[in-house]
Amino acid sequence: MSAPRESVPLHTGAAAALRAATASGSTSTADTVTRALARAREVKAGRDGLNIFVSLDGEYLDEHAETATEQLADTEPGLLLGVPVAIKDNIATLHHPTTCGSRILADYVSPYAATVVGKLCDAGAVPFGKTNMDEFAMGSSTENSAYGPTRNPVAPDRVPGGSSGGSAAAVAAGIVPVALGSETGGSVRQPASFCGVVGVKPTYGRVSRFGLVAFASSLDHVGVFGARVDDAARGLRVIAGHDPLDSTSANVAVGEYHLAHARPVKGMVVGRPREYFPDSLDPAVRARCDAAFEHLRELGMQVRDVSLPHTALAIPVYYIVAPAEASSNLARFDGARYGLRVAGAGLTGMYEATRSQGFGAEVTRRIMLGTYVLSAGYYDAYYRKAQRVRTLIAADFSRVFHAGVDVLFTPTTPTPAFKLGAISDPYEMYLSDIFTVTANLAGIPAMSQPIGRVGGLPIGGQLMAAHFEEMKLFSVAYALERALGAGASS
Amino acid sequence: MAVTIDDVRHIAALARLGLTDERAASLVNEMNSILGHMDVLSKTDTSGVQEAIGVGAGGLPVRADGGPPIPLTRSLDAFAPALRDGFLIVPRLSTHETPEAS
Repeated sequence: MSAPRESVPLHTGAAAALRAATASGSTSTADTVTRALARAREVKAGRDGLNIFVSLDGEYLDEHAETATEQLADTEPGLLLGVPVAIKDNIATLHHPTTCGSRILADYVSPYAATVVGKLCDAGAVPFGKTNMDEFAMGSSTENSAYGPTRNPVAPDRVPGGSSGGSAAAVAAGIVPVALGSETGGSVRQPASFCGVVGVKPTYGRVSRFGLVAFASSLDHVGVFGARVDDAARGLRVIAGHDPLDSTSANVAVGEYHLAHARPVKGMVVGRPREYFPDSLDPAVRARCDAAFEHLRELGMQVRDVSLPHTALAIPVYYIVAPAEASSNLARFDGARYGLRVAGAGLTGMYEATRSQGFGAEVTRRIMLGTYVLSAGYYDAYYRKAQRVRTLIAADFSRVFHAGVDVLFTPTTPTPAFKLGAISDPYEMYLSDIFTVTANLAGIPAMSQPIGRVGGLPIGGQLMAAHFEEMKLFSVAYALERALGAGASS
Repeated sequence: MAVTIDDVRHIAALARLGLTDERAASLVNEMNSILGHMDVLSKTDTSGVQEAIGVGAGGLPVRADGGPPIPLTRSLDAFAPALRDGFLIVPRLSTHETPEAS
């Protein structure tokens, strides 16, 4: 693999190089952890700086690294041996709290770890702190965290995107080469685009969600950030696979995604959906996408214009379905069993006091919306209607893929990262996910990779494929990354 | 289908959210603004279209009402807000409240 791009000054090194160096003994996990912690201090990743982490325990990491090194002699090197991996704060870990960026779960430490965290450890990775996020993953800027906003390492006056902004920023700042995030409507791909890193959302069911705090169960996915395509491929390879603890997890064979770089792309068909290139699209974003299409043609791929006619309905559908499911999932946070409890008049008073003081403005808004669209008299008009239109959106994708398109390529976001505080209207914020929510509604795999800069800020290109076709995504992503070279970050 | 302040109060009660008068009034405007963007769905022809049930290739799986044991590394008393003899303690229901109990 070539050296990391300048835009991602990876001080710990790429995942593949770290694994090789750790396995050969030329570096140790403890050294890597020390370097990652030093980098976090150097970029001011703490609360008063970029505010990337909700919790980061250096002493614990040193101990964990020692243990990992002791175990090394007896085991086959895992795919992420010696690699520090940051973890979004809605994924359960045993040592660090799992706050979901919310006051209602402040200091809550889970009594069990998520399946994906166990898989990381089994592969030799070091869980490296918990990253900041929009509260309960509801947001597109990481400004909705009870622990303050995260700043974009590329341009600290701008947002890193969201809701997995802390994980994207941890990779973009060169602290870790791999990080876990979660997606409900684009919360990995959108921040990946804003921060100039790679972000992948697998097929629904590809990765276990046991231990991922639920937001909207038919839309939630665990995703992976990588400094480069190879880092993301290794991360997804490690965490993918069936899990009996998650009834929605699919028992489908997992590909060797990190070997997809050797697969030919010549002859593959890439679709260009016209609805993702409206006349109103920023000309500079369009130009970056056109350049990427040109590279794909030069690689021997056929570019085909296609249509996904129900795309414009995706945001209204999403903002009915997701709040509806959230209103149900978040009912469990009531002060009775765990988390914050605020005394009130009787049981109902305690519920209301706990939830009103524990949840922030956006979470409250979405619970209200979700409860409304599920309530008597409105269910048919909103929720049932949205679920029918969702079927039409998914059918758009099926039709295109069945017609021979291997992957679709679009911009990940309509614009680069915006300034902190620049968007106050909720619906305007929702529109920043306009190109990403469709993949969640359809359950198909999708990823974002850097394709250049617009006004000095990173912008991502999005690849989407049919269910369980992650190998196709990675094949094209590796090839495009090689073709773009330094152009991906300039 | 404009949302009214009474709707907001009713929905907040269903959702067990305590709202100040100011927040309730704000939510009337916010919800109407957001729901206004959803009206486009009512103009979409979905006759004969099934509701989406499960988004994966295999649809929505149904599992047995059980599963493997989940070992907990911390006991309930490590995170429960109030516990007595292994039971979670909560305030009395309002219909059974006494001044001392609340």
